[in-house]
Amino acid sequence: MGTPNILFRLLEELNNRQLLKADSSIDYCPAVDIEPIHWLAVTHMIQQYQARFAGLWVKELDNAFYVIACFYIEKNYLFVRTALHKKTPLRLPSLSCLYLASSRFERHAHDLFGIEFTGNEDSRRWTRHQAWSANQYPLRKDFPKAGYSTGKTPTDKTYPFLQATGEGVCEVPVGPIHAGIIEPGHFRFQIAGEDILYLEERLGYLHKGIEKTAEGKDISDLIHLASHVSGDCAVSYAWSACMAIESALQITAPDRALFIRAILAERERIANHLWDAAAICNDVGFAFAYYQLGRLRELWLRTNAQLFGHRLLMNCLAISGVQKDYLPESAVQVIRQELKPLEKEVGELERILNSNASLQNRLKTTGILSSDIAQAVGALGYVGKASGIDFDVRRDAPYAPYHQFKIDSPVLSEGDVAARLSIRLKEIVNSLQLIDALLKDLPAGDYQTGWKMPHRATSGIGIVESWRGELLTFVGLDSLGKISRYFPRDPSWFNWLALERLIYHDIVPDFPVCNKSINGSYSGCDL
Amino acid sequence: MLKTLKKIFQIGIITEPVDAPSSPETEALGKACQAIIDAKFNGSLAIRQVDAGSCNGCELEIHALNNAFYNLERFGIHFVASPRHADLLLVTGPVSRHMEEALRIVYESTPDPKLVIAAGDCAACGGIFGESYASAGAVSNVIPVDLVIRGCPPTPMQLLTGLLSLIRS
Repeated sequence: MGTPNILFRLLEELNNRQLLKADSSIDYCPAVDIEPIHWLAVTHMIQQYQARFAGLWVKELDNAFYVIACFYIEKNYLFVRTALHKKTPLRLPSLSCLYLASSRFERHAHDLFGIEFTGNEDSRRWTRHQAWSANQYPLRKDFPKAGYSTGKTPTDKTYPFLQATGEGVCEVPVGPIHAGIIEPGHFRFQIAGEDILYLEERLGYLHKGIEKTAEGKDISDLIHLASHVSGDCAVSYAWSACMAIESALQITAPDRALFIRAILAERERIANHLWDAAAICNDVGFAFAYYQLGRLRELWLRTNAQLFGHRLLMNCLAISGVQKDYLPESAVQVIRQELKPLEKEVGELERILNSNASLQNRLKTTGILSSDIAQAVGALGYVGKASGIDFDVRRDAPYAPYHQFKIDSPVLSEGDVAARLSIRLKEIVNSLQLIDALLKDLPAGDYQTGWKMPHRATSGIGIVESWRGELLTFVGLDSLGKISRYFPRDPSWFNWLALERLIYHDIVPDFPVCNKSINGSYSGCDL
Repeated sequence: MLKTLKKIFQIGIITEPVDAPSSPETEALGKACQAIIDAKFNGSLAIRQVDAGSCNGCELEIHALNNAFYNLERFGIHFVASPRHADLLLVTGPVSRHMEEALRIVYESTPDPKLVIAAGDCAACGGIFGESYASAGAVSNVIPVDLVIRGCPPTPMQLLTGLLSLIRS
C-alpha cells in the first residue's frame, strides 16, 4: 500500500496541529498515537477527509487499555490509537455522532473491557446477555477464561427494546431460534398491519468467547480457530489472520502459496454466492432455481473435498503459506475443467431468473438500500456494491497476489434484493475468470517458507476481501510468540445496520428474502 | 418457461443412493429405516434443527441434505419450523451460555417421545471452543442426547448415515 497524497495531507495536518503523540510505538502502519482528549477531534478531522469508519477494538497491555479505531481513506487504511491508563477513568467520547457504525463496536468494547464511551446515544448492553454481570469484563486479563458462572444461565428477558405505540401498532418478536436452518439472533418488529415501522436487531446469542479463547494459543492454533469464527468464511478468516501475523513477523509467503490462497478464496466466494442465490430464490418460492443452483454448489463442494480435503476449505492455510501443495498439474486440470461449464450454467440460469416475471416482481424494489444510507452505515461487499458503493479490497487496497490482476468489481445503483442477487451472480462469473487467470500464471516453487518466532511483543493487521466484503483481523503476539489479542472484524458489523434500515418501506413477509439478500454473519459478529 | 422446463429435463433426477455403490449396507440401512419411519412415525419424521452456538459450518452441511443429491425427504424425513412439530432435535455448536436457556425451552417444547442428535465436534464435546465463561460446551451438558455425529462439520453423508442409524436403533 503506497501512501497517497490525501492521507499524507491528513497526517501533516494532524502533526501541524500537534495532535500526534511524539513517542509512538505502533507495530503496524500507517498508525498514529493520540491523547484521549483528542479522540473526537482527530476523528472529526479524519471524517473531513471522506474517511470510512472500519472498526474499533481494545487491547490491554501492562497498565493501560489501548483503544484502536480504523479508517479507510482513499485506497489506504489509517489506524488511530489512544491509551487509557488503568488508574484514570476508563472513558472516551463516543464516535457514534460522526460514524453511526461505531456504536455497536463501542458497546462490545464496553461489555468486554469496561470502557465507557460517553455520548453514545445507545448505551445498552450489546454482546453481554446474562452469562456475566454488568461489572465483570471478560476480556480483561484478570478475568479467568472459565468465568464465574455457576449453574444455569437465564435468558436476557429484560433487554429494553425500543417500542412503538399508537393505534393498531403491535410488536412481533422473532428468534433467537428461527423457523429455518439458520443461525440464532433476535429481530423485534414494530408493525402496523403488514408495514414495518421499525426493526431492531438483538444479536450476541452466539457469543462463545472466541477473542478470549484465542489468548495464549500458539500461532498455528489461532489459524485453526480463525477458520471456525464464521464457518462459511473459513478461508478468508484464516487468510486475514495469517496476513496479520505475517505482517507482524515480516514473513513473506511464497508466490505459489499466495496464488493457492487466492484460488481458495475465490472458490469460497463462488460456493457461498451460489448458495445464497439459491436461497434468495427459495425464499420467494422459486424452487427450480433453489435446486439447480444447489446442485451446482454441491458439485463445487465435492471438488473442494477432492482437491483440498475439505468441502468448506477449513484448515487449508498455514502461516507463511498453505498446508500443502494442493495444486499438482492433475488438480489444475480438474479445476480448469469445471470453470467453463459452471460459467455457462450460471449464465443460463441467470437468463431464466431475469425472464421470470413473478420472480422479478418479488425481488425488484424489495428491500431498497439507498446509496446514502449504504454510505452512512459503511455497507460492504455485495450489499454496498448493489447500492452504488464501488469498493473492493482486492482492487482498491490490493494485496498479493491480486495486485497482479485486473479485478472486475460489479456495481449497481438500485440497491434492492434483485440488485444484490445480480451482484452475486456477476461475482461468480468474475471469480471463475479470476481462477482461470490465477491458474494460467500459477508460479512454481514452495508452498511455505521458513520463519522465526518473535522475541518481542508485536502486533499486526490483515485485511482481505472475503465473499461478504472487507474482513479485517487484528492479532497481538507476546514475547513468547503466543497470541495476546485476536479481534476479527466481520463485514457484517456494517451490513447488519443496513438490514435494519432497508426494511423500513417493506412488509413483514418480505423480511426473510431481505435478510437472505444481506446474509450477515451472526457467529462472525457475536464472537 | 420453456427454458426452465428444458433445464429440468436436461438435468433429470440426480438423487444418489445413500453412499453409492461402494456401500450397499448403507443403502440397505436407508431402506430399513424407511420401513421403520413408515411404521413408527407414520411415514414422516420431523426434525427441528437448533444452532446453539455453531460457526454456521454445520448448518451449511445440514442444508445440503435437502439438495437434490441427498434428497433427505425421500426417506420421509423433513425439517420443521417449530419444536412443537418435531420428533427429533438436531443440535449444533458448543452451547453458548446465551443460547443455553433457549435450548432447554426448545427441548421442553418438543413433544415426547423425542430424540436428540448432537451434530458436529463442538456439539459432541465443545470442540475448539470448549467450556468457558461464554460456552457451556457439549450439548449433553444442557439437554439429554441420544446420538453424537462427529465431524467438523460432519459431511451430509455422515449426517445421513448417523440419522438413519439412530432411527434404526
